Amino acid sequence: MAKLTMVQALNQALLQEMKRDNTVVVLGEDVGKDGGVFRVTEGLLNTFGEQRVMDTPLAESAIVGTAIGMAINGIKPVAEIQFSGFAYYAYPQLEAHASRIRNRSRGRFTCPLVVRAPYGGGIRALEHHSESKEAIYAHTPGLKVVIPSTPYDAKGLLISAIRDPDPVIFLEPKRVYRAIKEEVPDELYTIPIGKANIIKEGADCTVVSWGAAMKTTKEAVEEIEQEGKSIELIDLRTISPFDEEAIIESVKKTGRLVIVHEAHKMLGLGAEISAIVNEKCILSLEAPIIRVTGYDVVFPFFELENEYLPSAKRVKDGITEVLAY
Amino acid sequence: MPTKEVGRYSVTYLQILDESGIVDKELEPVLTKDQLLFLYKTMVQARKLDAKMISMQRQGRLGTFAPVKGQEASQVASAMALDQDDWMFPAFREAAAYLARGTDMKGILLYNRGSEEGNRTPQGQNNFMVAIPVASQIPHAVGCAMAMTIKKEQAACLVYFGDGATSEGDFHESLNFAGVYKAPVVFLCQNNQWAISVPRQRQTASATLAQKAIAYGFAGIQVDGNDALAVYAATKNALDKAKQGGGPTLIECITYRMEMHTTADDPSKYRSDEEVKAWEAKDPIKRFKVYLQQKNLWDERQEAKLQQDVDAEIEKAVQDAEAVPKRRVDEMFNYTFAELSPRLQEERDTARRYQIL
Ligand SMILES: Cc1ncc(C[n+]2csc(CCOP(=O)(O)OP(=O)(O)O)c2C)c(N)n1
Ligand SMILES: [Mg+2]
Repeated sequence: MAKLTMVQALNQALLQEMKRDNTVVVLGEDVGKDGGVFRVTEGLLNTFGEQRVMDTPLAESAIVGTAIGMAINGIKPVAEIQFSGFAYYAYPQLEAHASRIRNRSRGRFTCPLVVRAPYGGGIRALEHHSESKEAIYAHTPGLKVVIPSTPYDAKGLLISAIRDPDPVIFLEPKRVYRAIKEEVPDELYTIPIGKANIIKEGADCTVVSWGAAMKTTKEAVEEIEQEGKSIELIDLRTISPFDEEAIIESVKKTGRLVIVHEAHKMLGLGAEISAIVNEKCILSLEAPIIRVTGYDVVFPFFELENEYLPSAKRVKDGITEVLAY
Repeated sequence: MPTKEVGRYSVTYLQILDESGIVDKELEPVLTKDQLLFLYKTMVQARKLDAKMISMQRQGRLGTFAPVKGQEASQVASAMALDQDDWMFPAFREAAAYLARGTDMKGILLYNRGSEEGNRTPQGQNNFMVAIPVASQIPHAVGCAMAMTIKKEQAACLVYFGDGATSEGDFHESLNFAGVYKAPVVFLCQNNQWAISVPRQRQTASATLAQKAIAYGFAGIQVDGNDALAVYAATKNALDKAKQGGGPTLIECITYRMEMHTTADDPSKYRSDEEVKAWEAKDPIKRFKVYLQQKNLWDERQEAKLQQDVDAEIEKAVQDAEAVPKRRVDEMFNYTFAELSPRLQEERDTARRYQIL
């Protein structure tokens, strides 16, 4: 075990899985010589050569479109989109093809690929570099959407994503990339896709979050607990298909739910989670469900990004409000 | 049946002022003394502002940005060929073109301090905003030019993008539209040899970028992008042609990105110092100064004064930009729609309670 950042953990996952399985290839802008603009693919070109680590021309639609072509023919591509804000160019390929190949061919063809992209705010980035649009992919049947929040999760989830038989959108919270280090096992390991992580059990309120918002949410939960409350904190890890059971079991126990995400409130995943809880265990609720989220505005340029992003204070106020019932 | 040739095409390369400052008298464009001095002064402004911004970024006073050093002639000389009514569509590295089009330094600095206020174009200036997603601005220039045709305006559009942008679908789709509709638009590709870490020869197997225009039915020309006179002449020519109904032109400026891709980039990972050094000899500003001196339009006394004046101008702009107070949260809501919906008003009221000062 070594203490790794999320960037290092992702890099190790790619290195080890590519060594284990020589059908895994990496492609994208600046992933080779440069090692990726965040260095997630550092060193892979030297180890595996140009055929398995491709510095592509600047064209997201072709990156994902050719990855689909490779995937249907036995290669396991891990395509990098340099920032999730540029994945829209590739969305037609994901929506029209990657997500539907199994269905349209009645299982004759499949599309096991991973599209990795850094996402989320909080690093004083340029315009179009800070959004959280996971809901777009979650709203596309046939795509899985995975979002790690820690280095340990990042390695295990990425390996699972590569081994998954279906297309996986793998969003990496770039604010976390180098912000924390934690013990990551040296060997290959997997974390199941579709299963949430109950970070801590509690009795008074369930708090659900994922990815970039997890760190602030943890801070808020710690503060509330110091005031004598007991919170059950859930990291969703996979946001599509998400772990309904974990949330419902928890809400049945606590009777209260707060959902935290960086994405816009309107039709963010919080809306879906809230609806499912209403459908499946409304009678367990003792308070309205509260969402603490980004606002329904264009992600502001960085001067105001910390006002857009849910702060620990906002999350804490949300939990306090729910606990007041 | 024997095959027959159905097409043969060529691409020309234009240079007027060579690396050492020697001008081709026959090709020398007609520019007034004021125009020549404006061109030089603006290139110097751009170079010095760039250096200042890199140092400010290193001190945490600015966000990540894309330096312009090395590309001043490609930008200033082309933007100068525009008339007031023409439109300019930049990519994300066009500080020098902005300066040439009258954008003040304070606005550029405000933008790079993370404020949308820096995107606010003064009334009467047809300069569009920075476009971060590569190539995404190209169709806008074509559409804007199509609107000029519909409105019978005597104007044209100029759109900037890089060598990397020519790989995107938006580039190809836009050139195709421009060819089909004979839109009055000039595509100005700054081939600065790199798209972050990907060198020009790995971006496309085409021998030139200019030749891509041929496939869409119009002319492409390659120019020495560090030669302000060639850039000006080619752009002016293309704009005039566009305004006379002659349709679009693609200009490939051969230039070089002398700095890192953005301040977040480390070019030592992928290119050698020798390569950068070799391009220093082709510097666009140095050779233009020699040209002005040979025309007796410039001397060292004027040079010293210009350097001083530009330093002072930059200091003033920095002070002004840094004196602008942080905006209120209302600013992130106010421009969502012409009118704020009740829901957004509610969200704004929440946000006000969490304003960080
Ligand atoms: C659609 C899109 N993909 C990727 C990026 C990230 N990115 C920013 S600039 C750049 C390279 C652009 O190269 P080029 O077009 O040659 O312009 P230059 O940076 O050299 O001025 C890349 C990959 C982006 N901004 N937009
Ligand atoms: Mg370039």
